[in-house]
Amino acid sequence: MSKQRLVIIGNGMAPGRLLEHLFEAAPDAYDVTIFNAEPRVNYDRIMLSPVLSGEKTFEDIIIHGDAWYEGHGITLHRGEKVTGIDREARIVTGASGITAAYDKLVIATGSSPFIIPVPGHKLPGVLAYRDLDDVDGMLRAADRGGRAVVIGGGLLGLEAAAGLKSRGMDVTVLHLMPTLMERQLDPAAGYLLQKELESRGIEVRCGANTKAILGEREVEGVELEDGTIIDASLVVMAVGIRPAVDLAREAGLEVGRGIQTDFAMRTSDPDIFSVGECAEVDGRVYGLVAPLYQMAKVAAEHLSGVSEAAFTHAETPTKLKVTGINLYSVGDFGDGPDREDVVLRDAARGSYRRVILQDNRVIGAVLYGDVADGMWYNELLKSGEDVSKMRDTLIFGQAHQGGGVAADPLAAVANLSDDAEICGCNGICKGKIVQAINEKGLTSLGEVRAHTKASASCGTCTGLVEAVMALTLGDTFAKKAEGMCGCTDLGHGEVRRLIKAQGLKSIPAVMQELEWKSSHGCAKCRPALNYYLLSDWPGEYKDDQQSRFINERVHANIQKDGTYSVVPRMWGGMTSSDELRAIADVVDKFAIPDVKVTGGQRIDLLGVKKADLPAVWADLNAAGLVSGHAYAKGLRTVKTCVGSTWCRFGTQDSTGLGIKLEKFLWGSWTPAKVKLAVTGCPRNCAEATCKDIGVICVESGYEIVYGGAAGLHIQGTTKLGTVATEEEVIEIAAAMTQMYREQGFYLERIYKWADRVGYDTVKAAILDDLESRRAYYERFVLSQKFSQSDPWSERVSGVDKHEFKPLAVFGEDLAPATAKVEPAE
Amino acid sequence: MNALTRDTNAWRLIGSIDDIPSQGARCVKNGETTIAVFRTADDRVFALEDKCPHKNGPLSQGIVHDGCVTCPLHNWVISLETGAATGADEGRTASFPVRLDGRDIYLNLEPNLEMGA
Repeated sequence: MSKQRLVIIGNGMAPGRLLEHLFEAAPDAYDVTIFNAEPRVNYDRIMLSPVLSGEKTFEDIIIHGDAWYEGHGITLHRGEKVTGIDREARIVTGASGITAAYDKLVIATGSSPFIIPVPGHKLPGVLAYRDLDDVDGMLRAADRGGRAVVIGGGLLGLEAAAGLKSRGMDVTVLHLMPTLMERQLDPAAGYLLQKELESRGIEVRCGANTKAILGEREVEGVELEDGTIIDASLVVMAVGIRPAVDLAREAGLEVGRGIQTDFAMRTSDPDIFSVGECAEVDGRVYGLVAPLYQMAKVAAEHLSGVSEAAFTHAETPTKLKVTGINLYSVGDFGDGPDREDVVLRDAARGSYRRVILQDNRVIGAVLYGDVADGMWYNELLKSGEDVSKMRDTLIFGQAHQGGGVAADPLAAVANLSDDAEICGCNGICKGKIVQAINEKGLTSLGEVRAHTKASASCGTCTGLVEAVMALTLGDTFAKKAEGMCGCTDLGHGEVRRLIKAQGLKSIPAVMQELEWKSSHGCAKCRPALNYYLLSDWPGEYKDDQQSRFINERVHANIQKDGTYSVVPRMWGGMTSSDELRAIADVVDKFAIPDVKVTGGQRIDLLGVKKADLPAVWADLNAAGLVSGHAYAKGLRTVKTCVGSTWCRFGTQDSTGLGIKLEKFLWGSWTPAKVKLAVTGCPRNCAEATCKDIGVICVESGYEIVYGGAAGLHIQGTTKLGTVATEEEVIEIAAAMTQMYREQGFYLERIYKWADRVGYDTVKAAILDDLESRRAYYERFVLSQKFSQSDPWSERVSGVDKHEFKPLAVFGEDLAPATAKVEPAE
Repeated sequence: MNALTRDTNAWRLIGSIDDIPSQGARCVKNGETTIAVFRTADDRVFALEDKCPHKNGPLSQGIVHDGCVTCPLHNWVISLETGAATGADEGRTASFPVRLDGRDIYLNLEPNLEMGA
């Protein structure tokens, strides 16, 4: 049987999910064509707020990448808006004239943001908050700074406000109603939310009616009905959405508020389905993802065969995706004579919860602050269970119910029934997760996400999913990324992201804002934070010497007896009689016990007393020798062979290129040490194939390899590519170093970083995408401006003098001048 | 000998708290003995013999954090107050009486006897 033709108009989350179900149930039933008005693949629209705030990137929120479309043989017309549906001929036509014939059609046109038609609403600088283009527009505005006015104090408006604030703009929220998020929150919770936002520096004006948007050529301000004028360089309208039904109406389908469908998601034309925000089922339209995914599943079942599947209405809990603000609301919480309220407030902790009962059944709940019990109330709401027996303790949450369940989150999850919903976005219940873990032998969060979709959308249920995993797998479950150290539960990646997203520029700021559990950190987190800040804010952040390991503080390597070793830099491994003579003199003068040649083609002076370091460096400096950074989480050495200068096999000037690379890269701080090598031919005498970055000279140019290791772990390098010129080698090495500097976790070598982020990712960003390579390169050059100075000569001239001298000396015949001996009072 | 009967002349002015970086240390030499004098983030001062109980690492070179110092050789964490190793490690380094008078630091060169007795 030949395949039927399925055409989908719209490429949002609902049709994406529909296709996943369809391919699972009937992989070969349809040839699929998608028309997408947006010029991109399917992404997770509910995660736009973390993109705006900088906590995620667009790549993080892609649901289906190019490979997915290719793999399923889908024809995707990007940036192609559909202009007409010919139901007689069963043909869809796009704006540029592309046509597609269908046997079945799915209309998933979603919704359009509602723009209040006040004067000035068409000025440049007025945006909606709907898609990635809007986010890009907001980010551009945030770069220019100034004040953003967000019209609409609902879910989206507040997420936009928080995101713009974290991007450094002044933000005012205008809300027509007396309290924020009045559709999801009662006034008490709305008040707490407003207070929290105000404490973050966001101005909130409730009861504010916008009269006009002011400006000549672009937005300059907003005028309210009461005459108030607020300056603004950006206006974001987030006052609601309306289903996009024009296309369906023109095609003659039945349309109410949305495109009307039956419970099978079928429109008035039996060959046309509709899912998503544009669809109206049983008189309701939906804007939250959970019911949209349910629509997708129902439609997919009917498309894949005869099915009884029917859409059913369910209350969807609401959460706000603003870091640090926890609220949860579900169901109906309006007042009424037949309703009872149970309220618990804790002013000190700023927490509030209210459960609304009708006939001894939960019909709604609002939680602010501690929201852990939200899910339990939602379960009671869905089951319609009579709660009169637990009426007295209901408000305290599940932990206070009978059965001896202590205030232990694991126990609370253990107590949930199998059909308790864990992931609200995707409608995944506990039993389904347990089943997937057992049947498929899943052991990691990533696998559970891949197989069940649980916690794969907004991610707020990640902790619950992990609890279910822990209960199912027992001790074999290794929790996800551990915190950096005992001072925080956040992992290195989260800390790095939040430093950038929240603009944190000092160690105390990081510890305060990210809620460190210790007062001043520890020896694990402080050096990491110091590096992240130094790397992220070049020229702005002042290096904290006391947060550096001793070797980096005194620019020498501590030895087991408390003496130090000193390694001067020898560019590309080259030296001279003058340098060797100076080294020999220093060895004699300071009675340095051992002199050793290192693996990186340098000379190591071992056993130098700390107090002698400045004098040793002064003598070495005088001969032109500078610090070799043999102690640094930074560029160590560039090992070379003699190359075409001497070697009969050499193809290029490997020594010269090594020297150029070293002179370009030295002084930069990196997450862990960085070692390079340039070898003059594939015989590889400089051992480039086990270095962090290696260059292998060949007749036609330079092969660049990276990600090698020859320490605790042995790993050969991976090839990046071959380039023709030395300039390209240097640009690529600098760009790769910078990418690693920006993404690496402290103490994570290049090979581990590349293993983690993927060699394809590195290659795409550094070799293939010239613009991206250039941007990394330029950021590296900028950072080098602040780091290329010889730390030895700085200390010879007096920097950190205190490091090298005792505070006081007693009990020696020398009668030290620094010692004072005074009787106590 | 204990703190009460200690020779009061043993208190020595060794310098000012400003001579020690916050969350850092400086050394005082007393003949063969080196004493590390620490300054915490909240400007308290402590004095320990500059020898880790593990392998004699110079504690003065470690990172100072929350009333402790992490030895630079093998990351043992030593309490500044008692000189005792924290966590699973066992051992104690000698500690010395030290006090602040305004910004001046006075050190007693006679070590404390074992604490907690």
